[in-house]
Amino acid sequence: MQILKPSDIPPSEITPRALFEDRRRFLGAAGATLAAGAALWAGLLPDARAAAAKLGPLARSPLSTDDTQTGYKSVTTYNNFYEFGTNKEDPAANAGSLVVRPWTVRVEGLAGKPRTFDIDDLLKLAPLEERIYRLRCVEGWSMVIPWAGFPLSALLRQVEPQGSAKYVEFVTQYDPKIMMRRPVLDWPYTEGLRLDEALHPLTLLTLGLYGEVLPNQNGAPVRIVVPWKYGFKSAKSIVAIRLVEKEPRTAWNKAAPNEYGFYSNVNPTVDHPRWSQATERRLGEFRKRPTLMFNGYAEQVASLYQGMDLRRFF
Amino acid sequence: MTKTPTAAQLAAIKAALFALCLVPLALNLQRWFADALGANPIEAITHASGDWTLRFLLITLAVTPLRKLTGLNWLLRLRRMLGLFAFFYASLHFTTYFWLDQFFDLNSIAHDIMKRPFITVGFAAFVLLTPLAVTSNNYAIRRLGGRRWQSLHRSVYGIGILAIVHYWWLVKADILEPMIYGLILATLLGMRGWWRELERRRQIAANMPRPMPGGKVIPLVVKSPQ
Repeated sequence: MQILKPSDIPPSEITPRALFEDRRRFLGAAGATLAAGAALWAGLLPDARAAAAKLGPLARSPLSTDDTQTGYKSVTTYNNFYEFGTNKEDPAANAGSLVVRPWTVRVEGLAGKPRTFDIDDLLKLAPLEERIYRLRCVEGWSMVIPWAGFPLSALLRQVEPQGSAKYVEFVTQYDPKIMMRRPVLDWPYTEGLRLDEALHPLTLLTLGLYGEVLPNQNGAPVRIVVPWKYGFKSAKSIVAIRLVEKEPRTAWNKAAPNEYGFYSNVNPTVDHPRWSQATERRLGEFRKRPTLMFNGYAEQVASLYQGMDLRRFF
Repeated sequence: MTKTPTAAQLAAIKAALFALCLVPLALNLQRWFADALGANPIEAITHASGDWTLRFLLITLAVTPLRKLTGLNWLLRLRRMLGLFAFFYASLHFTTYFWLDQFFDLNSIAHDIMKRPFITVGFAAFVLLTPLAVTSNNYAIRRLGGRRWQSLHRSVYGIGILAIVHYWWLVKADILEPMIYGLILATLLGMRGWWRELERRRQIAANMPRPMPGGKVIPLVVKSPQ
């Protein structure tokens, strides 16, 4: 377990980002309507605060890292969300069309009490925590992101998984009217975890970042975050969670089975066939840094894989 | 339309083209210093220099077809500069990888070149491009002789293919862009192939005492133009 250290910036001090952005947007407009500028400026501040969909008070977690956090702008403009385009800037530009309310998540399959949760129920299902996690992308870059959410186990326990349930499958939103129609991946994007991975305290059902609701490009309104696995395992914009008996197929595994295994644990000693995984570039840093086993969460998760050949189960 | 520019006009065209070819570099430098390359500027520079290498390769390979289609033979006088700019951007691409991405970690670079097919292919393309850049001058043409120089420089067709493969193998799933570049290259190379075939048929016909009634082309022992 990591020992909680006071982070450099307490959550309450994190940049009031909406304010900053609205100010910039405002400045653009002010160029055109200088005369009204002063009046608007005075009126803008309270509005901006109200518009920022802040999540309530977030409990701090001993599972948070005190690594320097990646800036909000990088976190929300450098995204892999292929449904909204395959370039890193595409999701921020295109995901605005995603309607995140109303939204429901079906939790079904091998469950004693399968149930469909409304997003508002999810927000109240368990106390929201801030979890500052490292995120390591299979492409060789990484970020540090203050997520907000609660352990996925809190949700799964509500539906009472049956003894036969061994895996959890995540199905994500796919709407061809607003999303990529080319079959780059087998839509809808699906992911999966072993049940014990899904129940691990680090696995976070995530509803926000930087103290606010998730921006669409980061997988609004609800996603999972599995910090010891490559980023693509952390499915975005989830519509269904299924408890199943057999290992589910996953979108990237279907696209390239020899490149993206079911487990996809961050592992510096097992290279991707097309690039090394030994190092990573933390966004904002110049030199690469060594990648840590299980993305630095080995103490918490290594026991899940005891006796497994991680080269074979990559 | 076969008007040829005067020496002075050609010099002006070349100067303007030279400046134009530097625009991508200038824009990227400006973005670099203005911190406007996004969250991962090193990746952005790597991709931009790679894109422009490929684009200049294709532009260079388009000169001959364009000349044949338009009859503007003087376009050939611009080809050397365009080819050298392809090499220039390839050098920037390689330097970005060598310096900014790998930070002179020779171990890691050697490992990459041997183990990662897309890097192997990209590196091979760069290595093969180097002798073409070195011999892109009148002295080298005289020294090698026109014919040998030309066959050396035909390796650019293969380099173009390697560059496409490099890009194709790099992308994770969305092959749209490498496919578009690949189709352009296939068109440019296909036109050359087709013209060679036409030329071969013309020569055979010219050597024939009478046209064959069926018009069927039989490859005779005719010396093709190398």
